[in-house]
Amino acid sequence: MAETTTFANATQILEPFRGVKKVTLEEYFTSGHRTCQGCESALVMKLMVKASGPRTIVLGSTGCMYVANTTYYTTPWVVPWMHTQLGSSGSAALGTAAGLKALMRKGKMKAEPINVIAFCGDGGGADMGLGAISATLTHKEYNSLILLYDNESYANTDIQLSGSTPYGAHTTFSPPGKVIRNIHTRWKKNTAGMLAAGHPECRYVATVCASYAVEMMNKVRRALTIGGPTFIHSLDPCPKGWDYDPMLSHELGELAIETGIFPLYEVEDGKLTYYGKTKAIVDGRPRKPVREYLLKQGRFAHFIEEDLAYFQAKVDEMWEKWEIPAVVPFRRLDAAKAALGVK
Amino acid sequence: MAVATKAAPAAGEEKELLISGSEAVAEALTLADLDVVTAYPIRPYDTVMQAIAKKISNGQLVAEFIVAEGEHSQFEIVKHASTVGARVFCGSSGVGWMYAMECLVVTPPLRVPMVALVGNRALDDPGAFGVEHNDALVVRDLGWMLCWVDTAQEALDTTLIAYRVAEDRRVLLPLALSADGGFLTHSQALTLVPPKAKVDQFLPRYDRGELLLHPDNPITVAPQANEDWVIEIRRQNNEAMGRAATVIEEAYADFRRVFGRGPDNPWFEEYMTDDAEIVLVGMGTISLPIKVAIREMRAKGKKVGMARLRWFRPFPTERLVALLSKTQAVGIIDRDYSFGSPFGSGVVANEIRAAMYNADRRPPLLSFICGLGGREVTLEDVYKATEMCYGAAKSGKSDTKTHWLGVRE
Repeated sequence: MAETTTFANATQILEPFRGVKKVTLEEYFTSGHRTCQGCESALVMKLMVKASGPRTIVLGSTGCMYVANTTYYTTPWVVPWMHTQLGSSGSAALGTAAGLKALMRKGKMKAEPINVIAFCGDGGGADMGLGAISATLTHKEYNSLILLYDNESYANTDIQLSGSTPYGAHTTFSPPGKVIRNIHTRWKKNTAGMLAAGHPECRYVATVCASYAVEMMNKVRRALTIGGPTFIHSLDPCPKGWDYDPMLSHELGELAIETGIFPLYEVEDGKLTYYGKTKAIVDGRPRKPVREYLLKQGRFAHFIEEDLAYFQAKVDEMWEKWEIPAVVPFRRLDAAKAALGVK
Repeated sequence: MAVATKAAPAAGEEKELLISGSEAVAEALTLADLDVVTAYPIRPYDTVMQAIAKKISNGQLVAEFIVAEGEHSQFEIVKHASTVGARVFCGSSGVGWMYAMECLVVTPPLRVPMVALVGNRALDDPGAFGVEHNDALVVRDLGWMLCWVDTAQEALDTTLIAYRVAEDRRVLLPLALSADGGFLTHSQALTLVPPKAKVDQFLPRYDRGELLLHPDNPITVAPQANEDWVIEIRRQNNEAMGRAATVIEEAYADFRRVFGRGPDNPWFEEYMTDDAEIVLVGMGTISLPIKVAIREMRAKGKKVGMARLRWFRPFPTERLVALLSKTQAVGIIDRDYSFGSPFGSGVVANEIRAAMYNADRRPPLLSFICGLGGREVTLEDVYKATEMCYGAAKSGKSDTKTHWLGVRE
């Protein structure tokens, strides 16, 4: 069959919500799921499809947002939704977008921009599926968004550590013991930074936290509008995995930003922009001590002063030294120096 | 490289090309107006992807051609493309097929009518490029339809039949088309390529109906089901495989009507079986040395025949049992192995043993393993197997030992 000449491979133009009162009322992720009380990732799902609107296909890789979220006969998804394998969010996004594109450009399906969003947890995205996500971010002719909801463990399978679990955290694969206090000694992988730095034709990478819901939705809308393959990394406090009172989910999200542990930024066409309280830190506001964040969570209850000091030093190091040479300036050098009183 | 052996025919006419098995599949895919294809290199199946890439760059086929970063993604990408309504193709060989295993498992219960070429190859380790059938056979219990082809012509024809069967609403299951690595994927033969108009008559558009994943049809696919529903879903899969048998019969009958060629018996090729005392059974290109040996033996008065299995899933139990139970002895030559299996036999031999168990008449059944790793199956191997079959026919007893032929002692 010949190619039609009219197909433009366009995206939906989703203008940002100008404030919380301008957010649309319709929900596309509703009742039917059975996530835990205080689950921030369920909120991320709800905000993600609220932002994308009804002409969207969602692919969900294995993880809590599959197992706890999507039970046969009680689906919460109003938009079309499909399961994909643990390491397959990248392939699911790519395959769905490629199928739609093929059918539309050959005139076998009505041509219209349909949002394709694939989500993955930190196990599926930062560990197992990283290669497939990386591949998808090089296919610039297919429009899709991959959203990583990072609750910092394999939270569906009993809270095992992943490459995205913070240093020292107590998980079922890193239990503090009588002899070894910290079994988990790896520092958390910088997934968004690595994907932004290494995929020159991916036009949009952002980090979000649902504690800042309007900003989070607007980044989803920006990613879908700009087109090509895009990536968003969301930090999601998890009452079960992090061991805290569910009422603190929102507050812990804020603290993760205010302590500087999880910076909020976007990289659009190679240009870095900091957001919210991260921007304030870059512009000179002091970071809160990491202990304010860590000690609210049972997973760090075994920490002694030495561990807190190490954690603080590593976060300081990120703010003072990290950048990705020749790719992304991850800090504004002058502002950071000023913040530290360095001349 | 395809070489036209006649003056270029007018559009709408059948062409005859000198092409390999892989190129024949690519011709069929072009005629089937494939929508999305994913490639990843591994010998020997990847020659089909090279041929498709050339079809696309030459403008003969409009399709999304995606080079994946591994077989796992390769199969996942087309799986998802199929759920939004695209006709898809994929394939692999040996350990590449194994690398995709998780994705091979999920494709049948999702009712994705993917067609894949398995260029049969020995599994690592040690490395070997030659044919063994163990790669494709690993999915035999999972809801994949499995068939083996023997010639470039059969590869082309069966590719068209594959889409017709897989996409039938009564079936909607994936299909793996196996071609012996090297012997078929890379060997050229004169092959008839039918005109597009005839293919359109035979092969309807892929219509996923109410299973289509699209904003106009907002379904949830593969939610967590657990013990509440999984067994019912498994039974539905099994019933689809059962219905596939009828659909395959219909497809071959229609193929003969539209194209004027094709076998009466879709399930297995019968060679000199009418009066055969001994029937040898195998799959794929092993038929060539067996046929040559049979002609030699017939010249000496030995009534030997061959049944070359085309379809392994669904397995043609009744039809094969009807043929084999008429013989005096059956010799099954596996180009695969199943370590620790009953009698240490290959997969096909044990499958046929199981199929024969309820037969009214059970002739002695002998099991052979031959040609692993792409080693040539020789006439001597076939003569030896036949002699052992005659011995068993005389004694009336099955030999419980599995014989490895053409192996250094």
